[in-house]
Amino acid sequence: MDKNGVIIQLEKVCFAYHGGNNVIDELDLTFHQGDRLGIIAPNGSGKTTLFHIIMGLLKPCSGKIEIFGRPVQKEKDFHSVRRRIGLLFQDADDQLFSPTVLEDVAFGPLNIGKSKEEAISISRRILDFLGLSGFEDRVTFKLSGGEKRFVSLAAVLAMEPAVLLLDEPTAGLDGHTKAKLIEVLTGLDLPYIVISHEYDFITAVTGQIYTIENGKIFLDEELHVHQHEHVHRMGKQPHKHI
Amino acid sequence: MIQEPFAAGSSLIHRLDPRFRIVLVSAFSIVVAISNHIPALLSALAVSIVLAAMARLNLKEVLKRLRVVFWFLLLIWVVLPLTFEGNSLYRVGPFTITEPGVLLSIRITIKSTTILLALMAMILTMTIVTTGHALNLLHLPEKIVHLLLMTYRYIFVIEQEYQRLLTAIKIRGFRSDTSIHSYRTFAYLIGMLFVRASTRAQRVHHAMLCRGFRGRFYTLARFKPSVRNWVFSILMAGVTAGLIVMEINSYG
Ligand SMILES: Nc1ncnc2c1ncn2[C@@H]1O[C@H](COP(=O)(O)OP(=O)(O)OP(=O)(O)O)[C@@H](O)[C@H]1O
Ligand SMILES: [Mg+2]
Repeated sequence: MDKNGVIIQLEKVCFAYHGGNNVIDELDLTFHQGDRLGIIAPNGSGKTTLFHIIMGLLKPCSGKIEIFGRPVQKEKDFHSVRRRIGLLFQDADDQLFSPTVLEDVAFGPLNIGKSKEEAISISRRILDFLGLSGFEDRVTFKLSGGEKRFVSLAAVLAMEPAVLLLDEPTAGLDGHTKAKLIEVLTGLDLPYIVISHEYDFITAVTGQIYTIENGKIFLDEELHVHQHEHVHRMGKQPHKHI
Repeated sequence: MIQEPFAAGSSLIHRLDPRFRIVLVSAFSIVVAISNHIPALLSALAVSIVLAAMARLNLKEVLKRLRVVFWFLLLIWVVLPLTFEGNSLYRVGPFTITEPGVLLSIRITIKSTTILLALMAMILTMTIVTTGHALNLLHLPEKIVHLLLMTYRYIFVIEQEYQRLLTAIKIRGFRSDTSIHSYRTFAYLIGMLFVRASTRAQRVHHAMLCRGFRGRFYTLARFKPSVRNWVFSILMAGVTAGLIVMEINSYG
């Protein structure tokens, strides 16, 4: 790791999907050891794209990326990145592909050279930690949306990552499950970046909130005065929101 | 996500060593594919049915998969009996149904059903990852293992996307008929199907990369050497040899 504890550093990174405009445009981002960072930004602003660039799944057309103090560029450079940064995909269905929960969670540990016994014990420990003990032999495609989310989180944690990137982890979760997720995240001793559309959730699990606008990322420090339209009962009567 | 409805189970076949299963079913399928003697083919079909029953496959899922070849077979039954040269069996107006044409259709029907059933019973009863692992252990080149597994995976992804799209157009009141609107909708459907299946498959592949996938498959499944493996293998090898003998005897 870098002397100053910088884990992820992006410098003037640009990215465009084939034939499109720049989704990410000269974006600078510095993420330190111990940081917990939230991103709230509109649909289609490039949040998922940013995560995929960090993981090396999408290759930027220009700019510099340094992770754990080492410049990364080629596919090979990203192999160690993927071992140490855990990405929770926006869609859990993309992440789960083994028939049973235990096999899916153990997929990562086996890939990084753990023995069968080690992989099983890591997986069981993490399932336990997430309150999923007893789920080992459940069939992944028969889980509910919330259960899938937690199992994919288990799959990510089983890699024993040093950093987490969570892409809308609360999508489709009910209040109770969300509270459980908040408890899990705040209890982890890991730095992470969380994308969410839910302000309450983001403030509960992170310290700083960023937003993405025109392909760049900004610290969203000030409260914005803004207007919005909404409906509710008795809306025609003059009223105040506090 | 890939559904593998047959992979979960604890039947005798599920517990056999995947390497044995792959080798046995490959030999069996090759023999069936090159046999011509109809009694031999019927016996092979009976063997396949027994295998499917031993694997306790869900009948509904089996029929669903057989339906795929059914359309292909229908085409064969329409074309071959009418176009093949040989003794005529019936004459219907200007059409002649020939004996060799009918026999060939019968053979193709039995062969494809037999092989498909055997594969369902022996291969689909293990997970993709296990299949990959077993192929690795059998020293198949990594590239080929990859190609096989990915093709297999994509087929299911495509099927799944097809079902989704079909639901999407159905709930909006679409009914297929022979209008231009109907044809256009199907054209869109097929186009969308490939685009969506390929992006989905790519996302799944990305997720695998993120979890350290480097081209080799590992599995938790444990396959201890056991007497059961050998007994089953000897029986299955005997059956396959029996089919060869039946076939050869039929020549002379
Ligand atoms: N595979 C792709 N090909 C072409 N364009 C894409 C692709 N994926 C995303 N885009 C486009 O890139 C932009 C950013 O997409 P991205 O998925 O990063 O947004 P997001 O901020 O994650 O949105 P959401 O909140 O909806 O998840 C969007 O305008 C989208 O249309
Ligand atoms: Mg997104």
